Amino acid sequence: MIGASSIRKEGRAKVLGTAIYTDDKFMPGALHGLTVRSEVPRGILRAIHFGEGIPWEEFTCVTAEDIPGTNLVASVVDDQPFLIGIGEEITHSQQAVLLLAHPDKFLVEKARRAVRLEIEELPAVLDIQSSLDLQPLIYGTNNLLKEIRIAKGDPDPIWAQAAHVIEGEYRTGAQEQMYIEPNAMLSVVEPRDGLLQVTVWGSLQCPYYVHGALRQLFGLPEKQVRVVAMEMGGAFGGKEDYPSVNGGHAALLAWKSGKPVRLIYDREEDLACTTKRHPSRTRLRTAFDAEGNLLALEADFILDGGAYATLSPVVLSRGAVHAASVYRCPHVRIHARAVATNTPPPGAFRGFGAPQSLFAMERHMDVCARKLGLDAVELRRKNFLHMGDTMATGQVIREDLDLAGLMDQALAAIGYRDKRAAFALTNPGDGPIKRGVGFSVFMHGCGFTGNGESHVASVAGVEGLADGTVAVLAASTEMGQGKNTVFAQIVAEALQLPVELVDTAPVDTDHVPNSGPTVASRSTMMVGRILEDAAIGFKLALVQQGFLVEPYTPESFQAAVVKAVATLGTLRCYGQYHRPPNIQWDDVTYQGDAYPTYSWACYAAEVAVDLDTFEVKVADFVAVQEVGRVVNPTLAAGQIEGGVAQGIGWGLWEEVTMQRGRMINNQMTNYIIPTSVDLPRIQVVFLENAHAGGPGGAKGIGELPMDGPAPAVVNALENALGALRLDEVPMTPDRLLERCEEVSHG
Amino acid sequence: MRGYLPDFDVRVPASLGEALELMAQAPGSYTPLAGGTDLMVVYNAGRLKPTHFLDLSRLAELRGTEEDATSLRFGALTTFTELRECRAVHQHFPNLVKSARATGALAIQNRGTLAGNIANASPAADTPPSLLAYGAELALVSPRGLRRVAYDQFHQGYKRLDMAADELLARIIVPKPLGRGFHYFRKVGTRQAQAISKTCLAAYARIEDGCVAELRIGLGSVAPAPVRARNAEAALLGKPLASLPVAAAREALLADMSPIDDIRATAHYRSVVTRNLLGQMLRELANA
Repeated sequence: MIGASSIRKEGRAKVLGTAIYTDDKFMPGALHGLTVRSEVPRGILRAIHFGEGIPWEEFTCVTAEDIPGTNLVASVVDDQPFLIGIGEEITHSQQAVLLLAHPDKFLVEKARRAVRLEIEELPAVLDIQSSLDLQPLIYGTNNLLKEIRIAKGDPDPIWAQAAHVIEGEYRTGAQEQMYIEPNAMLSVVEPRDGLLQVTVWGSLQCPYYVHGALRQLFGLPEKQVRVVAMEMGGAFGGKEDYPSVNGGHAALLAWKSGKPVRLIYDREEDLACTTKRHPSRTRLRTAFDAEGNLLALEADFILDGGAYATLSPVVLSRGAVHAASVYRCPHVRIHARAVATNTPPPGAFRGFGAPQSLFAMERHMDVCARKLGLDAVELRRKNFLHMGDTMATGQVIREDLDLAGLMDQALAAIGYRDKRAAFALTNPGDGPIKRGVGFSVFMHGCGFTGNGESHVASVAGVEGLADGTVAVLAASTEMGQGKNTVFAQIVAEALQLPVELVDTAPVDTDHVPNSGPTVASRSTMMVGRILEDAAIGFKLALVQQGFLVEPYTPESFQAAVVKAVATLGTLRCYGQYHRPPNIQWDDVTYQGDAYPTYSWACYAAEVAVDLDTFEVKVADFVAVQEVGRVVNPTLAAGQIEGGVAQGIGWGLWEEVTMQRGRMINNQMTNYIIPTSVDLPRIQVVFLENAHAGGPGGAKGIGELPMDGPAPAVVNALENALGALRLDEVPMTPDRLLERCEEVSHG
Repeated sequence: MRGYLPDFDVRVPASLGEALELMAQAPGSYTPLAGGTDLMVVYNAGRLKPTHFLDLSRLAELRGTEEDATSLRFGALTTFTELRECRAVHQHFPNLVKSARATGALAIQNRGTLAGNIANASPAADTPPSLLAYGAELALVSPRGLRRVAYDQFHQGYKRLDMAADELLARIIVPKPLGRGFHYFRKVGTRQAQAISKTCLAAYARIEDGCVAELRIGLGSVAPAPVRARNAEAALLGKPLASLPVAAAREALLADMSPIDDIRATAHYRSVVTRNLLGQMLRELANA
């Protein structure tokens, strides 16, 4: 079953329109909720005025004073309130102040406009530099949400003695996940057997994050909170941490009104207030010897973390670990900081900090090659990590890593040498179209960074059902990536059953164990591995208790399960994550095995730039990656193609335009994601190299394709246009014009 | 949707006569509504002012395309899809086909109307530059009768039109080009499809004895309304194709534009790129 392109489990329901998304869930008498937000980036809330012409007595209104438990969203750091109270500080323009609910969803919108907030404005910090300069101080004692230092060797003596020292600064912008289904929640809070029971159905990636947030918000024990993941129209990280906020808001309205409440964001609200990719600024300093061997690397990596910590500490952590990329370097110093600004907090987005630091390093390698007078291919070849080398955190490469082979394959597939030669002849001509080809080599750590997996200690299981089929028990969610199908394939493989006999149990915290959040490219590799164990345990139990005799056929297995369920009532078997003894990590020194393993890749892009309009067309794209064993080739290729599309979008068009700390292009008309005609054919190549840690040898692939496209495309731009200041994404036509003029005007 | 429907009133007249009568009774109080593709976006965002709407979409009098020897006459309700699919439009006005294709998505092209594209008066609309290049005329109808106005006189400023409160756009008349023609249309949007233009240039030239005998250039997104590039036209008119004064024309074009910075592009980008589009147009014209 592993290695087959099994058909998507939930595909039929999605195609037929019978899949039930949050807003589709039938709930008679549900009220419509809405959130009133601050609109100024920083200030003190003095009063809330309810305007005239609205039947306020018909409305349910929730303010900070109503909150029954703790007014803090449970996260890495508990610093973000659900609602700001009178006299408290507003710290970003989308801060929730008041929640409204009413049976008429159009009237509730009218009411929102009738509310006037009296706010005493304070000076705000709106960019990275102002935050570093403490102009003014807005968070803690130094405006830092998190600071990380990674050290290997000592770069200081190297700078003076190295043949070449090359510095560069690189910037990346915020990016919106642009899932098709905006954030959505539905809640019912009612007494059951004399106890308050809080239930939330929603579009969410991490049921147990929301579960934890609701427990803290209401001060309730585990059993009185239930979270159900509905069918989800995409997420990409955008429904990792934010659902703890809007899930809490929906539950507060349901609790106060005593009625079911829907809280469904429209696109404008979703774009304006939910999490984005962190904007970044990276300063790199590298030392090379005369032959181009990398001697020392210093990285100053800064993320704009917005008004609250949210996931910034862990996003920063992944970004910092990936900052040295795929190169062997004896002396490394990485200083990573997430700074506070008065903007809506960014959060998780496919790649989680790595695309930012990898963009800097992979652009910098091309800049270094040019300054050293070396070929970008040969400079990389000289400096790649190999088996036995140590990375910046001291992690030793234990696998037979062949990055040069990977790179050569990608370059051959796109025709790199021939195209370079051809464009060198054609580009000097008079025509406005200039062509270039470029590439990036990179990796993505699979699973949580550092001790994350040990902290979560995920549990997942399998259950025999009365009809003899098997259900997967895990809190991992299906957001379009194919989790339902891949889990079924893994369990079917372990049980030697056809995939049709395995399906996924509804993701409901009353029913499935905490297999951890559906993030970090971890579901297939980490949860899949636990499921493999659980499935084998399940089979052994059937055999040991005499229900099943090996060898068996699918029919005899099914009959055995029917009999066992009839005899025993329920039949479940669980597995749990255990840290392999050879994986060590120190959270204090940032030394050790940052990830159990990495996926490796080389992406190559060909671009055509129109110097009449400064539009960039990506003409061809090749994505070669080593991802362990591929569980489902169709789904895996889909992941890569989608990630490449998102990566090209981030590199060329997708810009979050801020004005006074507010996103002002919060419509799909003005936030430009690529359409199919903006994208090239994407050639996807998988190199398989079974990794012992994952099920059947699989590694993670979800985030990998987000890391490589932006630097590959911008490197190709440099090939097309020459040495411009191509240090930032998105490299929009406006920005490209500006960069070209810098050169032509001297 | 952020609009509050009970605040809105939509009247559906059964005939053009009834529509004109309603408008005459309360001049200025009705906003015409045809395809609704611009209005519904504003309504959805909650930014549409509550008012009375007059739904013209069922008025047969405003539909259909008529062709005679010298012109095509488009009913006000002609959709972008109808423009795209009309053989005579392909034959005589290729720029108009490109304009219609460049507008929104297919669903928008199915509903959106040519008159709506004009009367909504967005400087970024995609058909106006082509209509300007082809020297279109508009027929306006009111209880006082029919009035014709040259389209290049119709826009008088940002969302200001030469149209009285009791008038409706009835027909768009485009004269068929004669002789050896040159057609150029290029929209530069924020992406290759489903995009709003950052700049747009449409041109029609008639070539006679190797010279530019007739030339009209329409511009979008570089002024408060769609505009003719009269200065650039003047620099080029009568000039031989073999030695077009490209630099002078590009320079003259500056006086035809008054671009601004907005969410989609800077004024500087619009100014540079529009001049480059003129340059591309002239390269093609020189080879025509």
